[in-house]
Amino acid sequence: MATKRVLSLILSVLSTITLLWTQFGECNNGRRLGDAVDTDFSGFSVPLEHSFEIDDFPRFRLRGALQFRGGRENGVYLAQNQLSEKDRNTMKDVAAVDGLYRIRVPRVSLQVDRQTERQSEGYITAFVRACSLVESHLSDVITLHTDVSGNVIGISIVTIPGSCRGIEVEDEVDLEVFNTTISVVAPVTAPVPETAPYIERMEQEMEKKGKNPQEQKSFFAKYWMYIVPLVLFLMMSGAQDQSGGGAGGGAGNGGGR
Amino acid sequence: MAWLVVRLAISLSLLYTASAVFEDQVGKFDWREQFVGKVRFALFDTHSQASKKLLVATDKNVFASLNSRTGDLFWRHVDKTGPEGHIDALLMYGQDAVVVVGNGRLLRSWETTVGGLKWEAVLDTGSFQAAALIGVQDFVKYVAVLKKSAISLHDLSSGSQIWVENLPDSDTVQYQTIYSGGNGLVFVLGFVPSSHIVIVEYKIEDGEIMKKKSVEAAWMSSLENSCAVISSGNLLCVDQITQSLYILPLQSAEHTEMRQIHLQTLDLEVASGFQPVLTSTQPNPAQPPLAEFFLQLSPDHHILLQLKDDLIAPLRDFNPSYLAAFATSGEKTVAAVMTPKNETACSINLFSADTGRRHLDTTIIYHMDPNGGKPNRLYVHAFLKKDDSVGYRVMVQTEDLTLTFLQQPGRVVWMREEALADVVTMEMVDLPLTGTQAELEGEFGKKAGKVQHGLLPMVLKRLSSQFILLQAWMAHLWKLFYDARKPRSSVKNEVTIDTLSRDEFNLQKMMVMVTASGKLFGIDSKSGTVLWKQYLEDIQPNSIFKLIVQRTTAHFPHPPQCTLLIKNKDTGLGRLYVFNPIFGKKSHISVPALPRPVLQTLLLPVIDQDYAKVLLLIDDQYKVTAFPSTKNVLQQLQDTASSIFFYLVDSSQGKLSGFRLRMDLSTELIWEVVIPTEVQKIVAVKGKRANEHVHSQGRVMGDRSVLYKYLNPNLLAVITESTDIHQERSFVGIFLIDGVTGRIVHEAVQRKAKGPVHFVHSENWLVYVYWNSKFRRNEFSVLELFEGAELYNSTVFSSLDRPHPPQVLQQSYIFPAPISTLEATLTEKGITSRHLLVGLPSGNILSLPKMFLDPRRPELISEQSREENLIPYAPEMPIRTEWFINYNQTVSRVRGIYTAPSGLESTCLVVVYGLDIYQTRVFPSKQFDVLKDDYDYVLISSVLFGLFFATMISKRLAEVKLLNRAWR
Repeated sequence: MATKRVLSLILSVLSTITLLWTQFGECNNGRRLGDAVDTDFSGFSVPLEHSFEIDDFPRFRLRGALQFRGGRENGVYLAQNQLSEKDRNTMKDVAAVDGLYRIRVPRVSLQVDRQTERQSEGYITAFVRACSLVESHLSDVITLHTDVSGNVIGISIVTIPGSCRGIEVEDEVDLEVFNTTISVVAPVTAPVPETAPYIERMEQEMEKKGKNPQEQKSFFAKYWMYIVPLVLFLMMSGAQDQSGGGAGGGAGNGGGR
Repeated sequence: MAWLVVRLAISLSLLYTASAVFEDQVGKFDWREQFVGKVRFALFDTHSQASKKLLVATDKNVFASLNSRTGDLFWRHVDKTGPEGHIDALLMYGQDAVVVVGNGRLLRSWETTVGGLKWEAVLDTGSFQAAALIGVQDFVKYVAVLKKSAISLHDLSSGSQIWVENLPDSDTVQYQTIYSGGNGLVFVLGFVPSSHIVIVEYKIEDGEIMKKKSVEAAWMSSLENSCAVISSGNLLCVDQITQSLYILPLQSAEHTEMRQIHLQTLDLEVASGFQPVLTSTQPNPAQPPLAEFFLQLSPDHHILLQLKDDLIAPLRDFNPSYLAAFATSGEKTVAAVMTPKNETACSINLFSADTGRRHLDTTIIYHMDPNGGKPNRLYVHAFLKKDDSVGYRVMVQTEDLTLTFLQQPGRVVWMREEALADVVTMEMVDLPLTGTQAELEGEFGKKAGKVQHGLLPMVLKRLSSQFILLQAWMAHLWKLFYDARKPRSSVKNEVTIDTLSRDEFNLQKMMVMVTASGKLFGIDSKSGTVLWKQYLEDIQPNSIFKLIVQRTTAHFPHPPQCTLLIKNKDTGLGRLYVFNPIFGKKSHISVPALPRPVLQTLLLPVIDQDYAKVLLLIDDQYKVTAFPSTKNVLQQLQDTASSIFFYLVDSSQGKLSGFRLRMDLSTELIWEVVIPTEVQKIVAVKGKRANEHVHSQGRVMGDRSVLYKYLNPNLLAVITESTDIHQERSFVGIFLIDGVTGRIVHEAVQRKAKGPVHFVHSENWLVYVYWNSKFRRNEFSVLELFEGAELYNSTVFSSLDRPHPPQVLQQSYIFPAPISTLEATLTEKGITSRHLLVGLPSGNILSLPKMFLDPRRPELISEQSREENLIPYAPEMPIRTEWFINYNQTVSRVRGIYTAPSGLESTCLVVVYGLDIYQTRVFPSKQFDVLKDDYDYVLISSVLFGLFFATMISKRLAEVKLLNRAWR
């Protein structure tokens, strides 16, 4: 039931004329995780809602629609409206009192074949300070995070620049259009101990040693002319320095490996 | 080039070889205490008169032998944790101790002098019911083990099974007890609830059923607790509802019903709601038990009764009495009874068992610890004195798991605090300053407190404090002089609570330990002496404890203050206990009542006018309670409310949510992250330690540029494990989430991995250990976060203003050992390099340089990586035995490692706790700020003096020479 309502909302959004295609998201650099399933390219969309209120009590309104293009690349587009005059004023007022600008998306799975079992039982939310959004002239970066099986688990919003310096934004035009960068990030696969390259490297070194007979000579065979005087010198210099000599010798052996 | 390699090798190996202890340093700054846990069975070795052995088996699955003169351990065997190693029964005969382990899985015989295993027998499956020694013709030869559906007889000297027999009708009858009186028969007693008792008689030689009979007993609810066999095979049972004793001769054929004896006829009555307990004694398993027995009618009422000529007669009534126990020495059996004397003391007396007459001069006074629990077990060791009278010693176990060993007339021979075998959490608190130091401090402290004084009082104050300092110094000198004349051994620095003071380098601290039984301890970290203890009553066994240091010792004259949050695991309801960590005294500060379950606690850097940090408690309706909640605090909270954020974790729904404090101390939800529980479940969430300092903002690279660290103090490490446990598909998830904004900073999955995951989150790195299910090995992985070559905002870090995600570097290594726990060293200023302390199941603590866990370790050595001192990548992590900080002092079942900085930058204090407690100091970068122990003062001062005089003399000579030249 809830999904139906959401879908109808999206449709109404799509039909409005003031439809704006903002910058499209970067392709996900992470590998496609989970069992790769061949998916069609029909795609689907979910609403992105936002809220900014003077009293800081969240009342979410539709900001735009996230268009997921299914398939291997997890591409995402954000179609969003312009801010109305009223919204712009509210936004400035909220920024003045250091209020929050919140966004939310329903919990969905990005895998198209899972759409049927998708339940919009809750939302994931994030916030940014309204003043930083105003001062950055609505330049925000929204990132959707998914887990290994493609469920959206978190959303984050940052503005660039992110600071609030109290700069007055004069031009109303700057607050009309969102300049959004959106992307979907899947977890990266953590590395495992790299044994194969290590063994390969070791083998190469062994080979190198084998080729060069000069190298095969032991440490002492190569440097005896330096070591013998050193040892003699140490022995001459008496017992006072014994501990230092012992440590040096031990280290030398360690280095020879 | 070659020389460069050698030099590099020397410098590197010098860097690595750290932390090993020299032989003469053993025990100098480290100590270990070994524990056994809550005693379930304790037996004194009565085999020979001079024996000092006390055998104990505990709920921690430990079987140990204690020296009854000193309380030290002779030997100890630590079995597996959980039901697999659970000790079901302990029997002793002569030099042998027979133990049934793991719900009747194993039968073991131990040699008690050295603790060697004599034999072990694997028993058939079936849940364990009872075990007994069986004697034939005055010799104990066998041990019988009763399972739910079978009985088996084993030879005591070899463990070989003599016979095993199935019990008749074992699906309806509950068999619970074995009895043998040494007459060639074994009786197995069982019952059908509210119906009848079943007695099966077996022949010892071949296990043949000689007789089987059932006796009507409709009142019977449990055989084990309310029945006992006394005096040549009479089964005696007590029933609370009918207020009666029932008696039945086991061997006679004609009795088909138990004879009822109303307690009224003996002028006795069982206290309402109390399950009466019968205690009998069988001094020799090859002979029938005595005719005397104890009947406990209420928690503090025992009575000694005797069965004589089929009649039960009271011998002596002990009212009131807390505990009663039998003990045998030679032919004499005595009963020890503990009776209350006054509010704080109990007296224990000895009575002869057969007459109930009191032995003269046998009183032991037992002083109850006002901060401890009530006594609940009494173990008596009786022995024959030279004049053939019976002497005895007792061991008293209390509710707070203290074992006290007493001898006449009440001298405490030793004491063991077994609650310390189960430490839950701990903190280290600085010791207070000495009186003189505090005097000076007080002078400056008042200045900070904005109390204006006149000039004259200030001068006077300063003069008086200087005078006190002088006085103290004189006293110190006098003491030194006085002690110098005494022989070395007699000068002993006894640590007591009154002489406690901070040492020069703050190396000695107070360890505040919270144990699972609800007993708190204050332990001196230098010697391991327990300085104070406090037992908190009515602690539920499944409580969660959180210890918070609200005020440190630094705010003289305000005493330090610790707060313990005790939370019920099931209901979440909690309460606060506020105390002074130095003296262990309960504070009289009024604590807020917590009517709702507490979800989260938050210690703010905000302090009240008494320098106590503010603790926020968030309940399940997201309301915030502040403690302390004075006007001053509430004002400060209102001012800073918009910058106070906290997070909650609901692992059952996979939900992490962030909240912000509002002016009116309510909260608002500001972010939410939901990790679906169908895929993975959150197993652990950890932030960074609040008292951690990072000295260096970045790392200098080989090309002299700087790689800045991403030092986000609000970063949370969330570890998940997959619900799919198939070895190919299972994974461990690592999420780094900003606790203020809810932004997922990094998200990674470790494939083909499973838990348990141990991890350390510190500075700009996260180290975690997991089990690689594909290669079946433990692996370490390290994640480091860097901002890059430039800092976004170098002056201050704000989670709200850090738009660029950090660079994440990660590398993994094989670790060739399983791991129990993981912690990182911590020092005062963070200059010293970090080490990881790895607790291994073998009991060793490995100090692993963080240098080995560096994701920038290169595959191929280059000039730049050499410049940076990076070790070339090797997939396997080395374990060197000289890295074990506890040499041979292994710590059984390591559960946690606590690290605390000391006043010396090079030194980190380490406490390892588990079954044992081990305290030591580690020096991750060696002791660069301390002169060595064997520093040659004589040489350096003689050289100095020599040079000085040489200069003087040569100067003089030069002068003479100049003068002579001038005259010429």
